[in-house]
Amino acid sequence: MGVMTKTCTRKVAIYGKGGIGKSTTTQNTVAALAEMGKKVMVVGCDPKADSTRLLLGGLAQRTVLDTLREEGEDVDLCDIRKPGFCNTLCVESGGPEPGVGCAGRGIITSINMLEQLGAYEEDENLDYVFYDVLGDVVCGGFAMPIRDGKAQEIYIVCSGEMMAMYAANNICKGIVKFAEAGGVRLGGLICNSRKVDNEKEMIAEFAKRLGTQMIHFVPRDNDVQRAEINKKTVIDWNPQCAQADEYRTLATNIDSNERFVIPQPMAIEDLEKLLLDYGLLA
Amino acid sequence: MLLRHTNTEVVEREALTINPAKTCQPVGAMYAALGIHGCLPHSHGSQGCCSYHRSTLTRHYKEPVMASTSSFTEGASVFGGQSNLLTAIETIFTVYAPDIIAVHTTCLSETIGDDIVQITAKATGKGLIPPGKYVIHANTPSYVGSHVTGFANMTKSMVTYFAQAVAEKKNKTVNILPGWVEPADMKEIRRLAGEMGVAILMYPDTSGVLDAPQTGRHEFYPRGGATVDQIRASGDSRITLALGPTASTSAAEALDSRCKVPFQTLELPIGLRATDRFINALRKAGKVEVPASINDERGRLVDMISDMQQYFFGKRAALWGDPDQLVSLAEFLHDLDMKPTYIVTGTPGRAFEERIATVLGGRLPEVKVRQGKQADMFLLHQWIKNEKVDLLIGNSYGKYIARDEDIPLVRHGFPILDRVGHQYFPTVGYRGAMRLCEQILNVLMDRQDRDSPEASFELVM
Repeated sequence: MGVMTKTCTRKVAIYGKGGIGKSTTTQNTVAALAEMGKKVMVVGCDPKADSTRLLLGGLAQRTVLDTLREEGEDVDLCDIRKPGFCNTLCVESGGPEPGVGCAGRGIITSINMLEQLGAYEEDENLDYVFYDVLGDVVCGGFAMPIRDGKAQEIYIVCSGEMMAMYAANNICKGIVKFAEAGGVRLGGLICNSRKVDNEKEMIAEFAKRLGTQMIHFVPRDNDVQRAEINKKTVIDWNPQCAQADEYRTLATNIDSNERFVIPQPMAIEDLEKLLLDYGLLA
Repeated sequence: MLLRHTNTEVVEREALTINPAKTCQPVGAMYAALGIHGCLPHSHGSQGCCSYHRSTLTRHYKEPVMASTSSFTEGASVFGGQSNLLTAIETIFTVYAPDIIAVHTTCLSETIGDDIVQITAKATGKGLIPPGKYVIHANTPSYVGSHVTGFANMTKSMVTYFAQAVAEKKNKTVNILPGWVEPADMKEIRRLAGEMGVAILMYPDTSGVLDAPQTGRHEFYPRGGATVDQIRASGDSRITLALGPTASTSAAEALDSRCKVPFQTLELPIGLRATDRFINALRKAGKVEVPASINDERGRLVDMISDMQQYFFGKRAALWGDPDQLVSLAEFLHDLDMKPTYIVTGTPGRAFEERIATVLGGRLPEVKVRQGKQADMFLLHQWIKNEKVDLLIGNSYGKYIARDEDIPLVRHGFPILDRVGHQYFPTVGYRGAMRLCEQILNVLMDRQDRDSPEASFELVM
């Protein structure tokens, strides 16, 4: 008799302020995990459908909702799930064009469809599923990935900029609500540096106040942009560069993370004081 | 005891509504749209909405109520309903050939924010609307207001889409916005105006649509209903009489601001004094005298009331339904020396309680009035359990209370799903008031006959 290996899939949702670098950070981290031999699926939950561009080497993806619209409900998993860099699996929810319809409902539809099609089943042997969710959690649909025990762990991408921290704090409020009802927990903050004064120390302190940790400080490096222009992750584009190692560290930290908490969102006055304290230190 | 779980302890509720005394906005929008000649109501949403609204109207009128739907799927709710509505407009004008499509929205299309004006403009641009045909719309989310709100919104849309002030000087015509009343009531309003010699334009007008005669031939668009030309011409009328403030005020205001037609709002002409006010308003608006024939009608009603006064006197009544009906009914019952005791409407609007107080002249301190969310059939039943009434007046949903508490029920309002008559016999005007008296007396006197001991079982009453 052969040895049965059972894979327990870790489901991770990445949130954060719009434009903070969620998609870039997610794909580079996923590339690092894949390089470590992990089997990873990325589910882009943004109507723009640009969450898997670097893994796929371009926007070649047909989205779940486009497929649903064109083919009806009779959809195959292979129609919507494309293999990307290092055998990662890439899915884009897609959604309506700006100004019409309901993008939130789109995410609900799309995640339900993935479940129906068995994308998360044990025989898929996934180590990780990453949900990359659009900017702010503006309505119920964008909270779908953390509802009903779908994603169990959340990482918030932020920087030392006030609005990014404000958004992170707000997202924590949402997590508290779903954490009490389901099993979702905060795994930590990913600081995607914007070269703000005292940024590393401030975010470490911010994370501490939220009851969590800064899982990694990703320094700003133009290699990320260079790789992006080439439609690649940093690890794919130049595995030897320093930034590739940063993402490898982030991936390792996530992989070995055991600290999952229900966050304690800060009062706005406290958050502003934190900014002031660290800003004045400069 | 179908409602055996209703208890007597009235608890102030914040969230829960049990057996609401109202229904969806689109039901009202659909009913109003049927008061335009050659109009097909169109429900912009999922199929189930349209089926429910059609079936409620069909069951009330015992007539096949036609309406189409955008048939939203999961895809439509994500990508928006534009392509569904464009296809619907094309299909409807090709296959069903109405003069007008009256689109109303639903909860789903409202929530995803579909812009009907933009979609209709697109349909025009693509040439999907044949020349001389129209697509109008009203926004009718069911989580706002009630079926009466939907009726008011669609009536207002008739004004905003069609009414025009063309002539320099206003003509002698009087506009009448009848409010949500039965086709027979609209016909009665028209008859009264005719009797007075006042030229009127009335919309919506469902008479001849939802009470159309059986001719052996099915007419998809029966002869009744206000025409687009009539609605358009209402912009040149001298004045508008808006009957029923909840259902008609917004349309009257729109007509005033668009076409400078002044308006007067009146309670529905149900009962003696409300009809008096209506006839008087019509007299002034039409600059005519009240003819003897109408005075006779009034006299007959007064005679009937005074003859039978002993049977009305002191009887306690519970009423539920729509605000405009309830205000006039309460006033009439009060005039009959009855006691309108409990009054409940699920249609929100604080003005309701004031209006009731006004018509009752503050003379009945024991009357309990409730409107809005937790004003429901459950609360009404609890009140009745605590202190019984002699009579129930309202729609068919009251039959459960009537049965459990053994109280006679006069069916009035919307919907009436289990009796006939409301389609054909008016309750507005003096004659309508006589019919109401007859209905009330019948159930009260039947009850007296049933319950009286042998020694006092009367042949002559």
